[in-house]
Formats: sequence, structure tokens, C-alpha cells
Amino acid sequence: MNEFSYERATDPAAAIRLFSKCNGRNPRYLAGGTNLVDLMREDIEQPGTIIDVSGISQAIQRREDGAILLGAGAKNTAVASHRDIRERFPMLTQAIVNGASAQIRNMATVGGNLMQRTRCYYFYDSAARCNKRVRGSGCDALDGFNRIHAILGTSAHCIATHPSDMCVALAALDAIVHIEGPSGPRRLKLTDLHRLPGDTPDVETELAPGELITAVEIPPLPPATRSVYRKVRDRASYAFALVSVAAAVQLNESGDSILAARLALGGVAHRPWRASVAEGVLQGAPATEERFRQAAEAELQLAVGRAHNAFKIDLAKRVVVDTLKELTRRPGDEP
Amino acid sequence: MQFTINGRLQTVDCDVRTSLLDLLRDHLGLTGTKKGCDQGACGACTVLVDGERINSCLALAVQYQTRSVITIEGIGSARDLHPLQQAFIECDGLQCGYCTPGQICSALGLAGEIKRGVPSACTADLRAGEIEFNSDEIRERLSGNLCRCGAYNGIVQAVQKTFAPTLERAP
Repeated sequence: MNEFSYERATDPAAAIRLFSKCNGRNPRYLAGGTNLVDLMREDIEQPGTIIDVSGISQAIQRREDGAILLGAGAKNTAVASHRDIRERFPMLTQAIVNGASAQIRNMATVGGNLMQRTRCYYFYDSAARCNKRVRGSGCDALDGFNRIHAILGTSAHCIATHPSDMCVALAALDAIVHIEGPSGPRRLKLTDLHRLPGDTPDVETELAPGELITAVEIPPLPPATRSVYRKVRDRASYAFALVSVAAAVQLNESGDSILAARLALGGVAHRPWRASVAEGVLQGAPATEERFRQAAEAELQLAVGRAHNAFKIDLAKRVVVDTLKELTRRPGDEP
Repeated sequence: MQFTINGRLQTVDCDVRTSLLDLLRDHLGLTGTKKGCDQGACGACTVLVDGERINSCLALAVQYQTRSVITIEGIGSARDLHPLQQAFIECDGLQCGYCTPGQICSALGLAGEIKRGVPSACTADLRAGEIEFNSDEIRERLSGNLCRCGAYNGIVQAVQKTFAPTLERAP
């Protein structure tokens, strides 16, 4: 680990001031540390200054309009356990408790989860070529062991995935990211926060230098919306997603037609993948397996598989169909 | 830097890069906490901070100065074993023992989480405030602690035996 100086910020304004002051020293905001400390130990991240923001914005609040405001410093465990989240946004609780281990969930924060970096083996291996680590150096994942890699929105420069489960649920929930920075506060849809790799996979988010995520806002879901998070992985617990699906469906009164559907996929792209093509196919459609399959086919039409991850294309389709079946099942239906 | 470890206030002169795990082992001689993977994958380094379990290898010590850290040394001693340690012995919850301090700390954290109603990936009813205390929940909740000897059945049994009286709901 390289040498760094350590500063502790007590509020966002102080954190941003510290960042600007240390701008020449490659500063980084540090929250729970579960990702950044590991990357520093591997010398992949080499900050000259660490600005500890772990004590900032830990609250989880319910606003009068029914929206939930997750402070960026709120721990994963606190979010997953919160009564409002469990009752009104169960897929967010499911996504969080299916991610990492209990120990890590006790440390990791909302803001850190959004900002975590890929778990691509070649990104972690400084002997390998990686365009994220060294722009223009090449990508050894393209023809390497790419079982865990992306199938949607990839480029010739990077096929890494965003590893978060929580972000997949937040993407489906239309979450809004609250940001403060040197040029003032702003808001960004979560689905616009992470970038596709293109030819600059080292630029992972739309955040400008010094900008700090302070909260994530979850707008209320329409009434009678059912939601679920389904994750498929190599182990039964404590593993990153091969494919995951966050789905929320609002049915008509008789339960045979979809008024609105929201779908997001994890483990398949450089960002949490909002499946808006599939949503379009489902909107106003009969809640049938045939239609679910059409929606999945339409979303995965542009998917590109490589030597070891092509299985994800069919897997993603099946998980989408099965998750929608589960959400639209009526009493008495065959499971 | 100042730390509160097992109830004792300790002053340590150490580099800001020091992890909580290295602080415990190398600076304070508390070698009960083990270093396995040093990257948050195995759970051997699990300690309790303000009653919650964390991976001390992923923690920069500097961030934990105002918190109360409990290690295996603060849980029981050879002469005065914690009931969970005794249960590990009785249930064969170990072979080599390297992962055991982490398993014990993790299981104590687990008991607190169930008591507080923290859900897990196998909690069926998220609306219910109470968690059913069963072996599926224990297995899922201990998945962050690996045991390469494969003593899992004994570990689960020991945890169940120790906490069932307080955590199992009356029928």
C-alpha cells in the first residue's frame, strides 16, 4: 500500500473542501473500505489522501411524499433491515442480503456500493493488461477466462461488469442519486450514474472530480406493485451474480394483464442494466409466459457472448421469464 | 492512535495504513484473531465492533478509534470458556481451529442480528419483524466464514445449541 495522508470529514461541504485542497494528491473518499482498502492493498488504487466520509449522512428517512432517502453513509445492514424498505421495497432488501457476507454488509455503505469497482480478475492482476488500470494498454479478459464478464453494452476495450446487487434493485426502483460537489449540488438518475465502457473504461461514472454522493432517493412505487430480486451465482451464498434480475410488476385488477413492469439485470453489463426494451414489450400486455419470453428475447437481442460467458445470454432470458412468472402468479396457479 | 479493545483503552503508535487486523496481531499481540485471505473472503479475521461483526482485514484501524472492539480474547479464556466455545468443543465444530475465532465472533454477531430482526437471504417473510432461528438461517448467515476442514455441521450444531434457548420462538 502506498503512503497517504488521512483526513476525516464531518459533513459533505468539509469533505469537498478537503478534496479540492488535496486535488494534486490523487484524493479518494473512503467510507466502509470493503472495496477501496482491498484495492489499495493490491496497489490498484494509490491515493495520496484519504478523506474519511464514513460518518456523514447515515440516516434513512421517509419523506412526506412517501419517498425514502438513504443517506450515503447508511450501512447495507441498516438499509436491508429498515421496516419501510422491507415492507415497501422488498426487492431492495433481497438484493442487499444476497450481496456479500454479513460482515461486509455491516461495514459497506450505500455510497460505497454505488462506487465499487469491478471484480474482473484482470483488473485486479497488475501483470495483466487492463484498459481500466492503464488506458490503451489492452484487455486480457476479451480472450481470457471471461465466465463472469459482460454480455450487454460491452466494447472492444472492456467487458467488465459492475458487481453490485443493490444497484440493480435501485435501477429498477427509479432511484435518484443526490450529489454535492465543488460546483454545487445536483441529482442524477441512478441509471445515468454508471457509464458503459466505450473506449474509456477507466471513466466509470458521471461524477466530476470532488463530487460526493450524499444520498439515494427512492420514489414510492405505484400501489399494488409486487417486486422481487432473483440472483443466480456459482455458490448458494456469498458470491457475485452471474445473472440477477430485479423486477417490479403492477397488474390489473383481474391479475391477467400487466399495467407496468420494471426490470433491471445484474452481472451482465458495465452498469446495472435497466431492461427498458423488455419493459416496453410487457407494458399493457397479457401476463403470459409467451409474452415474458418475447420480452426477454427482445432485451437480449444485442447480447454478445464470448468463449466462457455465452451461457449468460440464455440464463438471463430464463431468469427474466421465471421471475416474471413468479411475480404474476395467481392463487391456484401451478408453480 | 487510541483504541478500546476488549474494554481496555490502548494507545498505539502505528502507520495510518495499518489494518485493524494487523493492529490487533502485530501491535497488541492479540493473535487470536487470524489472518486468512486478507481480502474479506474467508472471515477468519472477524471481530465485533460495537457488537457488530466485521472483517478486520478490510478495516483501516484509524477509522475505528472511537469504537469498542471485541476480539476472541475478550470473549472467553481457556479457564473460563464462553458457552459457545464450549459448544464448539462438544459438537466437533473444528479440526485445525484456525477459522474458529472468526467463527465464534461471527456467530455472536449473528445472534445479535437475529435478535434485532435483521433479515438474511433465506428469510422468507420480510414483513415479519421476527426471524425464525433454524439451521438454514445459520448456514446462510455464516457463509462469510470459511472452514477448510469442513467442520460446518458441527459449527451449525454448536450455534444452534447455544442460542436456541434465547432465539427460538415459542410454538
